[in-house]
Amino acid sequence: MSEPSATQRLSPLHAVHEALGAAFTDFAGWQMPVRYSSDLAEHHAVRTAAGIFDISHMAEIGVDGPDAAAFLDAALAGRLSAMLPGKAKYSLVLNEAGGIVDDLIVYRMTDTSYLVVANASNRFAVVEALQHRAGGFDVAIDDRTEQIALIAVQGPASVAVLAATAGLAIDGLDDLKYYAWGSGTFAGVDLMVARTGYTGEDGFELYVPVEHAAALWAALTAAGEPLGLVPCGLAARDTLRLEAGMPLYGHELGLSIQPVQAGLGRVVVTDKPAFVGRDAILAGPADGAPVLVGLQADGKRAARAEYPVYSGDTLVGEITSGALSPTLGYPIAMAFVAPEVSALGTVLDLDVRGTRIPATVVALPFYSRS
Amino acid sequence: MSAVPADLQYTAEHEWVRLDGDVATVGITQYAADALGDVVYVDLPKVGAALTSGSIVGEVESTKSVGELYAPLDGEVVEANSAVVDAPETINSDPYGEGWLVKVRVSSTPTLLSADEYRALIGE
Repeated sequence: MSEPSATQRLSPLHAVHEALGAAFTDFAGWQMPVRYSSDLAEHHAVRTAAGIFDISHMAEIGVDGPDAAAFLDAALAGRLSAMLPGKAKYSLVLNEAGGIVDDLIVYRMTDTSYLVVANASNRFAVVEALQHRAGGFDVAIDDRTEQIALIAVQGPASVAVLAATAGLAIDGLDDLKYYAWGSGTFAGVDLMVARTGYTGEDGFELYVPVEHAAALWAALTAAGEPLGLVPCGLAARDTLRLEAGMPLYGHELGLSIQPVQAGLGRVVVTDKPAFVGRDAILAGPADGAPVLVGLQADGKRAARAEYPVYSGDTLVGEITSGALSPTLGYPIAMAFVAPEVSALGTVLDLDVRGTRIPATVVALPFYSRS
Repeated sequence: MSAVPADLQYTAEHEWVRLDGDVATVGITQYAADALGDVVYVDLPKVGAALTSGSIVGEVESTKSVGELYAPLDGEVVEANSAVVDAPETINSDPYGEGWLVKVRVSSTPTLLSADEYRALIGE
């Protein structure tokens, strides 16, 4: 339990969370809600109805200019030039060694305009990388994190929640595809609504000017409560994304990890003009470099990040994230392990604070919505 | 605000102790339970185990994190709460009642905090 320090940033919705009685945690220098009532209740609400999350700590970076598409193809791992306006794509910022600087969602606004959404912890690294890589391109990089609040509504009732929200009008809400975004207005203010998320459920992320965030949160909550929507904190967000097999930077992703090791080889497009990290990606990670696997165990005792993984008496890897899965009822984890013990069905031992717990390598994700 | 019942004693590791003759009932405080979040797994010392004040004797695990259970005093475990092992959420819903963890026959006079001292420790 840490006290707020002078360096901590507060969300534009901070007063809303305080009024709701949230417990807070420091996340990448931001004071963010970790829970409002119960991690498990919040988790289950997202799986069965809906949850509303404040993720305003995420970084929004505008990339605008005649060369925006070519620039992003050179600066990022994917082929963003091939994406149509109105769409979103998961992508990566790589370093020259092919390591991961951050994972991103990139939205194409127009032919010459994109919005890059980065992790709070990597905001400045991403801005710096983009600025550094922009030389020779006619493009402007604009960090809008302080101007934009981000509210996620996630869960099977999400469409109904948005449709019922007073004052919220979204173009083509019913037809909005997963990994697409649409324009909308809330009480006369323009906003962007994307069908994206980090929970493994249907859901939306609403980008709104900070000064209108509290009113939008209130309207969404008022419409959503009768449908089972509850406010959700970062604890539930973490267990939801883990069940969905989604990586978290600093756990499954990092500067010394190539995308292919984390199962993200498909995110890197190599048959495009030069991009940062290309040579290292083509060379591939070192022989024997660890690979990310899913692990499933019996009982109720979960392995946590940094716990060792053994095959017999041999140390073969380390847990990156782990929890007792609220939806599945058994312990799940992701881990980097030696490739020779990464095959599905391999039984490994997790060292849970001195006790060996057997776990089986299973396919990711652990949970998929039906 | 976390409840800190005046009739209990406390440790800096966020355990509470109710002394009844030479038997102490031990649990974790509401402050600790709230900080952990939903408790999903409890590991308790076995009946007959000898406890040494300050040593780690069990675990209280939530979806989010792991809390260690420290022996608040010297003694021998005479009862472990099997109901709380089966239903760990009781620690969140009733930390000072049904959510008790172990009963210990005390072998030396423990050094514990008063409710006021514990309240000051957690800043309430």
